Amino acid sequence: MAAESILTVRNMKVSFDTPDGTVEAVKGIDLDVKSGETLAIVGESGSGKSQTMMGIMGLLAKNGRATGSASYRGKELIGLPMKELNTVRGAKITMIFQEPMTSLDPLYTIGRQIAEPIVYHRGGSFAEAKARALELLELVGIPEPARRINSYPHELSGGQRQRVMIAMALANEPDILIADEPTTALDVTIQAQILDLLKSLQQKFGMAVVLITHDLGIVRHFASRVAVMRRGEVVETGATADIFERPQADYTRMLLAAEPSGRKASPPDNAPIILEGRNVCVDYRTGGGLFKSASGTFRAVDDITLRLKQGQTIGIVGESGSGKSTLGRALLKLLPASGHIRFEKTDISDFGRSAMRPLRQEMQLVFQDPYGSLSPRQTVGEIITEGLYVHEPQLSRAERDRRAVEALKEVGLDPAARNRYPHEFSGGQRQRIAIARAMILKPKVVILDEPTSALDRSVQGQVIDLLRGLQKSHDLSYIFISHDLSVIKAMSDYVIVMKNGKIVEEGETDAIFDAPKQAYTQTLMNAAFTA
Amino acid sequence: MTDMVNAPLALPPETKSRSLFQLAAMRFRRNRAAMAGCVVLVLIALFSFLGPLFISHKYDQVFPSYVSVPPSLEARPDAGSLQEAMEGVAGRARVTLKEFAVEGQTFTATVTSDQPIDPRTTRYFDRANEFDATTVVATEDDGKTLKLQGNVSREYFFFGTDSNGRDMLARVMLGGQISIAVGLLASIVSLGIGVVYGATSGYIGGRVDNVMMRFVEILYSLPFVFLVVVLVVFFGRSFILIFLVIGAVEWLDMARIVRGQTLALKRREFVGAAQALGLTDWQIIRRHIIPNTIGPVVVFVTVVVPKVILLESFLSFLGLGVQAPLTSWGALISEGANNIQSAPWLLIFPAIFFVVTLFSLNFAGDGLRDALDPKDR
Repeated sequence: MAAESILTVRNMKVSFDTPDGTVEAVKGIDLDVKSGETLAIVGESGSGKSQTMMGIMGLLAKNGRATGSASYRGKELIGLPMKELNTVRGAKITMIFQEPMTSLDPLYTIGRQIAEPIVYHRGGSFAEAKARALELLELVGIPEPARRINSYPHELSGGQRQRVMIAMALANEPDILIADEPTTALDVTIQAQILDLLKSLQQKFGMAVVLITHDLGIVRHFASRVAVMRRGEVVETGATADIFERPQADYTRMLLAAEPSGRKASPPDNAPIILEGRNVCVDYRTGGGLFKSASGTFRAVDDITLRLKQGQTIGIVGESGSGKSTLGRALLKLLPASGHIRFEKTDISDFGRSAMRPLRQEMQLVFQDPYGSLSPRQTVGEIITEGLYVHEPQLSRAERDRRAVEALKEVGLDPAARNRYPHEFSGGQRQRIAIARAMILKPKVVILDEPTSALDRSVQGQVIDLLRGLQKSHDLSYIFISHDLSVIKAMSDYVIVMKNGKIVEEGETDAIFDAPKQAYTQTLMNAAFTA
Repeated sequence: MTDMVNAPLALPPETKSRSLFQLAAMRFRRNRAAMAGCVVLVLIALFSFLGPLFISHKYDQVFPSYVSVPPSLEARPDAGSLQEAMEGVAGRARVTLKEFAVEGQTFTATVTSDQPIDPRTTRYFDRANEFDATTVVATEDDGKTLKLQGNVSREYFFFGTDSNGRDMLARVMLGGQISIAVGLLASIVSLGIGVVYGATSGYIGGRVDNVMMRFVEILYSLPFVFLVVVLVVFFGRSFILIFLVIGAVEWLDMARIVRGQTLALKRREFVGAAQALGLTDWQIIRRHIIPNTIGPVVVFVTVVVPKVILLESFLSFLGLGVQAPLTSWGALISEGANNIQSAPWLLIFPAIFFVVTLFSLNFAGDGLRDALDPKDR
């Protein structure tokens, strides 16, 4: 591709002033975006890939500074006054963000929000711009655009919102569209649709797309050129095929190899059943108040039966809203549920909270968000020993400390970590802390609720290895909840596919992955591995 | 999230481990206005609580000779008025003043009369506020001329005196003590009740929450002054009652704020994790909910303290607050407002302290809010 470079970035630096001195997020990078191409910027979180684009667009946080040069068709963008910058951004260079739920203003109709940049950059009235907005909505594939144009963001699904964001970004026919993790917050099937849409729009308008992502699957199928970033530097650039076939830098090779691999063998057939749920249902009341009864119920988990054997890992897959997390909590009796639940030999269906308390030691839960699952006001030591206060209150302080050291070593953290606070740790380290909190109680069953979804691929691999190792050494049984099929494949020996609270399909991992029977499972597989 | 692949044991490269509180303190220290506010608050507190040790006047000491004297840096009485006072005393003692001189804290006077003067005349001199310990040093002219010597008690009234002849400086200090004490104690009362009530209500939720919050709304709807009057009628006026009344009203806001925070917090995963560990409701409230609401609560307290001081002032203004001879800034201001034309200093001095305190509290509160802003959590 001999196209000219329309966005030229030279020696660009982004730094942030923090109480501990200046932190360089981007350390002098060079990039070229050629017209009509798709450049993917790949890197793990903290590599500075988003901050580079934010710096070019003048969207850095208040303590951030961008230096160096970024010129759009010869026009220097860095250091440009806001007013002049606005003639370029939003018109020639536009951006879509990761979080479609929060990047639309909830107070305006989507038609109005799409019309806004049109009116701002081209003048004219909102009525005229509305017509264009309607066209755009049609273009991005919103059903019934004439009706939807007057909808508010909360009336749309996540995928539809991301389409609206794209419509806004296309409103002024930009030269460059910067897509910052455009599909990370979406379900796999919707992810594929959005990427297809972007691809077709790109061909139609001939614009360049800068795709910022951590997902190599997307890069491989979507980008023409790739820039790999690490710690604020570009490690490697090149055509997509070259990067994937002949990676030069070690880091790139490591990224490519980070795809979770391996399989788990099934437990022996005679392994005892440790946790069993029969016909489990969870209903949520909707409406209702102090003096009125609930107006309706919503069934989040519908008649699910599963048997977890000792040493087994059951993977539960499903898109958001399929009830997989609810099921996990219901099995631990953290939510009121109907049906029968049996732990080892005990029927715990009718156990109240205090009856459950002694059993909590045996059944633990690890959450998805390593940032939200650790209380920011406690030290790591306090966090992981909390369960001991409840279940082994007779332990002395020194004994508790010893157990904390042991648990931290077991999850691969320096025991000195116990005097620190969670905000000082990276996502992967936090997830290890969360795992240590569960493991210190020496449980028999652990429910892992998307434990790797918020983590980078390479860290994901480490956490998976850790979980596997713990399972082997303690003969643990896992219920592994995830929307990520590759992780499920690597972790579990039995898979349950859920949709709308029901089981769509279940079976041995290989059977499900190699020969899915249900149409929904097939869609899921296709979307996940061809995106 | 920049873990190295082969170095999972690496800790963050930071040298010092800082808790969120330490980080907040660091941000706070960089906020000049807030730090200035804090310094001023400390100075005012020192002035109010330690000041009385350095002045000789008691807050309830009456100086009949100095009623409503304006503030001055000069000692009272000055030379001119001492002469006048001495002449007055001489007149009352029916003697003639021949010579009068003041040197430092002592005076010498020569008085004469047609008849021998009874040495007990010195009592007339002692009776005046200005003079003290008068003694006869020499008798001349067969007792018709007496040389007297005694102490002059010269008083400083930097803030002037009130209409009862009490030193305003001492009274402003006392007012400060009471206003600050009421402000802090009533805030602590409201903090204690509000945080526990709000956290409980928010965390348990459902019907319990409904009932608890409706109760708060019922209390809200009672007019404050009515509540105070009723309580004063039943229990009589007392210092403690003021804390209770103000605390009983202020905790309502606190409870609402804490409840709102709790509703957000209980959806956080660390609360879920605590439930999964088997902690009881009360343990979760105590160990997880309350510590995490502390940010907004501390900020709110800095708003409550000035509000409480104002409320106490309002009560004192209405005559329902502290009783004489005790006083508070509010009571002083109310008194001063009555005498604004004849003796403006009665209003100015307490008002300055009051306003400066409120300003400083607000600056400090602003600084705290910025420092505790959880955006970089």
